[in-house]
Amino acid sequence: MSGEVAVASGSASIVGVDVGGTFTDLFFYDETTGTFRTAKVASHRGDEASGFLSGLSALGTLSSLGAIVHGTTVGTNALLERKGARVGLITTKGFRDVLEMRRRDRPHTWGLWGEYVPVIERSMRLEVNERVLADGSLRIAVDFDEAKAAARQLVEQGAEAVAIVFINAFANPENERKAADAVRSIWPNEHVAISSEILPEIREFERSSTTALNAYLQPVVGAYLGKIDAELSKRGFKGDFHIVQSNGGVMATSTARRLPVRTALSGPAAGVIAAGAIARAAGRLNVITGDLGGTSFDVSLIADGQTALSAQTTIDFGLVIRTPMIEITTIGAGGGSIASVDKGGLLQVGPESAGSLPGPACYGGGNMRPTLTDANVVLGRINAERPIGDKLARLDAEAATRAILAHVGRPLGLDAPRAAEAIVKVANARMAGAIRLVSIERGHDPSRFTFMPFGGGGALHAGALMREVGLESVLVPRFPGITSALGCVIADLRHDHVLTVNLALDGLDAVLLNRHLAETAREARAVVANAGVAVSRIDTIFDLDMHYVGQTHTVQVRVPAELDGEVRQADEAAMRTAFEATYLSEFSRLLPGVPVRIVTLRTAAIGRRPHFDLQALAPSSGGEDARRGTRRVWFDADWRETAIFSRLELAVGARVQGPAILEQPDATTIVDAGLVAEVDRFGNVVISRSAM
Amino acid sequence: MTVIDPVTLAVLKGRLEQIADEMDATLYRSAFNPIIAEARDACHGLYHAETGATLVQGSKGLPIFVGAMSFAVKAVIDKVATEGGLDEGDTFLFNDPYDGGTHLNDFRLVRPIWRRGKIFAWLASVGHWLDIGGNVPGGFNASATESFQEGVRIPPVKLISKGSMNQDLLAILAANSRVPQSNYGDLNGQINALDLGEKRVHTLIDDYGDETVTTALDTFSERAEALMRENIKALPDGTYSFEDFLDNDGVSDSKLTIALDLTVRGDTMTLDFSRSSAPCTGPLNIARSTAVACCYVALKHIFPDVPANSGCLVPIDFIIPATTLLGVLAPKPVGGYTETILRMIGVVFGAIAKAEPKLATAAFFGTINALSLAGHRADGTRWVMSMFFGGGLGGNPKGDGLNHGNNAISTATMPPLEILEAAYPVMFTQWALRPGSAGPGRHRGGLGAIYEIEALDENGAEVFLLGERGRFPPFGVAGGSAAALNRFIWETDEGETTAPLVSKVTGVRIRKGQKVRLETPGGGGWGDPAARDEARIDRDIREGYVESKERPAEDDAVRAKKGRAA
Repeated sequence: MSGEVAVASGSASIVGVDVGGTFTDLFFYDETTGTFRTAKVASHRGDEASGFLSGLSALGTLSSLGAIVHGTTVGTNALLERKGARVGLITTKGFRDVLEMRRRDRPHTWGLWGEYVPVIERSMRLEVNERVLADGSLRIAVDFDEAKAAARQLVEQGAEAVAIVFINAFANPENERKAADAVRSIWPNEHVAISSEILPEIREFERSSTTALNAYLQPVVGAYLGKIDAELSKRGFKGDFHIVQSNGGVMATSTARRLPVRTALSGPAAGVIAAGAIARAAGRLNVITGDLGGTSFDVSLIADGQTALSAQTTIDFGLVIRTPMIEITTIGAGGGSIASVDKGGLLQVGPESAGSLPGPACYGGGNMRPTLTDANVVLGRINAERPIGDKLARLDAEAATRAILAHVGRPLGLDAPRAAEAIVKVANARMAGAIRLVSIERGHDPSRFTFMPFGGGGALHAGALMREVGLESVLVPRFPGITSALGCVIADLRHDHVLTVNLALDGLDAVLLNRHLAETAREARAVVANAGVAVSRIDTIFDLDMHYVGQTHTVQVRVPAELDGEVRQADEAAMRTAFEATYLSEFSRLLPGVPVRIVTLRTAAIGRRPHFDLQALAPSSGGEDARRGTRRVWFDADWRETAIFSRLELAVGARVQGPAILEQPDATTIVDAGLVAEVDRFGNVVISRSAM
Repeated sequence: MTVIDPVTLAVLKGRLEQIADEMDATLYRSAFNPIIAEARDACHGLYHAETGATLVQGSKGLPIFVGAMSFAVKAVIDKVATEGGLDEGDTFLFNDPYDGGTHLNDFRLVRPIWRRGKIFAWLASVGHWLDIGGNVPGGFNASATESFQEGVRIPPVKLISKGSMNQDLLAILAANSRVPQSNYGDLNGQINALDLGEKRVHTLIDDYGDETVTTALDTFSERAEALMRENIKALPDGTYSFEDFLDNDGVSDSKLTIALDLTVRGDTMTLDFSRSSAPCTGPLNIARSTAVACCYVALKHIFPDVPANSGCLVPIDFIIPATTLLGVLAPKPVGGYTETILRMIGVVFGAIAKAEPKLATAAFFGTINALSLAGHRADGTRWVMSMFFGGGLGGNPKGDGLNHGNNAISTATMPPLEILEAAYPVMFTQWALRPGSAGPGRHRGGLGAIYEIEALDENGAEVFLLGERGRFPPFGVAGGSAAALNRFIWETDEGETTAPLVSKVTGVRIRKGQKVRLETPGGGGWGDPAARDEARIDRDIREGYVESKERPAEDDAVRAKKGRAA
């Protein structure tokens, strides 16, 4: 094994594809020439593959393309909308309710109301007679025919996928594997998820939930990726097709089809990766990202340049996924969010959404209820004559006005612009709440953070959010609409491997540990090396979960054995030093005399992508007149003749005093009165408060 | 006094809560016993320099501790006031339930935060230690008649004096437990949490200034009080009475009454528990501070928007005479305090349901079922597995009760059975929902659970249970019905058997291969079962949540359906 395998050939060009609810964005990058192109096409909810493929066609021929990397929200949406497959569970006799009993938690600390519906119904959870003990010894061997009969029954009951979760399978997967063989012998498809393969870790509920959600997503994500795969080869694509994982690393499509639970936050993670890179280049280490799409607003926080990863994520009460993910907070507020007035006379925006189909009233797709986008159109903030994307030639401002008057204006006794302004204000308040949640409520002072809006709509509201939350400034990336697609192109490849090792540190069997290191490294590196995307090198990172015997939790200790071509040996003394240093970084006191154990080995192979120079995105020329005249825009309770600029033609260093609107094909940036926008050397627009 | 802008106030609130959350997480991650590490039976917070009043609590901290901790800090403040001798670098330790609430297993560490030679505020940590001596491994001695049979009792003493650890005290603690290393690990975890909290609070004050932080803390308290007054004012004036019962005190088999007369007058409320039973012989008594703390928990569940801060207790008067079992002094046994306070919270729910139907919530399962299995392994080492079990929550105006939830006093999660099997010589043979255990209603209660455990060790195991709801089931409200009773069964050479005191068992032995089985109550139902939605009835039958043959009350749902079909 050596580092050389890393450099794959023939992948001179790469396309990042981000399929959102409203638009599909593409970022094409030629690695030999350092040039790029972008495209934006309409998404089709429920048929995400068609938007994907029409976007690719817009970029030209597929046959010469080296790789496609995709950030997908198909898994995310299936989880949030509870639209996964009908799943069956086969588990140890006596334990079919583990999934529904959870860890005996409740939705809220205070207040005892709330219900829970598991993703696998009780009647779809079957038990077989088998048992492994905590030490891995086999107490009852599973019966092949019994497992097969259970699988048959599940198929008869309509199961499209099956999860197999046996008690203590992390300690000995023999029974699970045998049951999986039995199930596969009759199962009509490839959707068989086994807990010891998906999460070989102690704690039955977390393992059950992760495995069940994997099975829940397998048919949905599998069908989607399969369809794209087939279409791509039909159209002559010979390169590799990859998926962004929720931790921001890239994986092969075959891995994604087997482990779709790792795509739960794929799309948003790609955006955060790119946002982090753009902010770092611009010298900003404290950033809050806000992705305003058609249906949701996703917020993430980067402190000191570090994107927060959480080991375990709760998608919704009782829906737990234990696999590392970028921390993202989502609320149901987007351009398609519907505005309505409730019985108490209160204006609400979202979470109900018109999505991209039928879309806002101004799309003319049949929806007659007003959305946030309609409000922005009525106020002149969005140019109805030149909408973003290629979906529509123009937006129907009349239809937007009618919808707002009928559903908000009349009930509240407001004219159209005032009703529209109220909708924008309510939406801003909800988005500000989400930003406060990740910053203020977690003890981060917003005045030290730059807000980075991306997605098609974020820059419309960024100035207002900056003021409402008290953020330091706003940085609008040069191509906000394609940030997630860009993230797909620059994200590193990554494969993670988990192995329960259970070794005593005192008298460590170093030979065995080093064999585990070498074997898992070989396996993980091979996955990355064979992925077919150019990488400058492959790093291998080993972490050992260690603790004092008697503790149930562990600290994650980095093995001081960077692996470049050869394994440096990990020994007892080095591991003790590393353990104690890590322990003291998290806790104030060591426990001398208490024995230490190594519980789990985590191996990650990371294929570093060649450096992407963000300067490539910067304006190439300067000095052209970016002014595009004026139009009437509603600001602060009145119409104002407002200057319009072509954002991409603003030169580096250009300053624009608000009120002004900066237009570009993939986004619209509002510079409110009292704010000033300036173009930095990467072409980002930085908005700050004007000096008084 | 300075006035703080709303954004700074919100930031400070977030940062202080974050500190308490981090302290919680530090202890969970470094603790040894699963009751803290996995079940999170612990709490941290920041308390007022002079009064000990709760200023900030972690969002994950155990609700009952949120109420009780201020009494613990006050106990240290009082001691220092009378005896003096407080220095920088001191940390107190104690578990005295009569001086700060709850029971002997809960060890508290209390440490002042000094700024320029003065106490700025107190930090405190509490965690449930696995075993503290006494007659019963795990501490839940259902037949105790004096505190001395429940475990070692430590008054507030200095664990750390001017920064140096009192090794003599550590030796005393180690000598008084069946599992000294587990306790030592937990103690170090609590010190880890205090060290972290102290460091973080200093950084925060350095960032914002002493005066700003002090003003913010006062403002939080004022806001909590104002919000509680608003909530009380929205209730109609009047007196609302409710009572419920405990099976027995673990010593003699007669029921105990918990009775409440709740009076609303304007924006104030009086909770009068005078009609409750007299102090009992067994361990179902509680100290007054525990009683006040659990009323705080009840009201916070009813009004979840009020912040966790002592300010919210200002508009409330408590009448808890020492002539009742709710206000006892040492050495009356209090090891079963959880059962008594769960019943107290239940009667507050019951009285509020009468005052305001929109807030009516049926009874949650209402017993912690402290089950301990203990023994000696072949190599002579001691093992003690002590656990608390889940049950159903009550039906309510919004929907059915939650299946397999936790009691109102706790947010503790259940240790994974795989963690328990890895730590102790036991094997779970069932871990399941209990069909038919929910109280029927238009919105039924949540389901209770069934847990079955087999002893794996050659020496078998000793079994202890301190539970309740064996005779008086969780009640329904607004026409809903009661849930199933608690059941505990164990195998003997002669077959299965149950306890004479139904919910309390002391020192029963099972052999290797024999099992114990606990079936917990569901929650009570809300509203008339005959008005239940057809689709929900169908689902309950299809998914096996109800089994008409199992329990007559369950027939209600089925009958309701048939009645309409006919």
